Amino acid sequence: MSTLQDQIKQVIDTEPVVVFMKGTPDAPACGNSMRALQALWQAGAPITGVDVLPDPRIRQELTALSEWPTIPQVFVKGELIGGADITEELFASGELKDKIDEALGDEHPQTVRTLALALD
Amino acid sequence: MAVTTIRDLLVDAFPGGEIDVDDRTGGGDHFQVTVVSDAFNGLSLIQQHKLVNAALAGPLADGTIHELRIRTKGTA
Repeated sequence: MSTLQDQIKQVIDTEPVVVFMKGTPDAPACGNSMRALQALWQAGAPITGVDVLPDPRIRQELTALSEWPTIPQVFVKGELIGGADITEELFASGELKDKIDEALGDEHPQTVRTLALALD
Repeated sequence: MAVTTIRDLLVDAFPGGEIDVDDRTGGGDHFQVTVVSDAFNGLSLIQQHKLVNAALAGPLADGTIHELRIRTKGTA
């Protein structure tokens, strides 16, 4: 089985928009994760949510990769765009929608799903 | 952690900057920080936030800051 860090890297590289969050898109467990989700949803983004709470190693490995200390962390097409504050700020200025449309095309579907990492 | 401790770390990292620190809940672990500094001029938002995270890396890593909200602005 691939290491946890390999799995995280693969999720970041393959999911169009991924949010590493506390809880899931259906049941966010933190106000900041909720803020990031809401901004992404309003910007028309498809969202893949990964819950970091099942195992503290997820957050450790993620932060080692991203060099970003807090949760949530939002990636668009493999690139870290920031946490809840930046995601909200970019939404408010219209840049988030532009970034999503540019990365995914104007006609992209908007789906929401939860992805669970395989933990050994 | 006291607001003054956070402010001191930010003042060290952004000399001459305008710095505001708010203890959002009064519990000493949920903070809103606002930094206006020429250090941010020409940087993207994510690069700006990374500088703030770096200045507060100690209390972020050991968990004394449980939640950090950041607002940054350059002076240009």
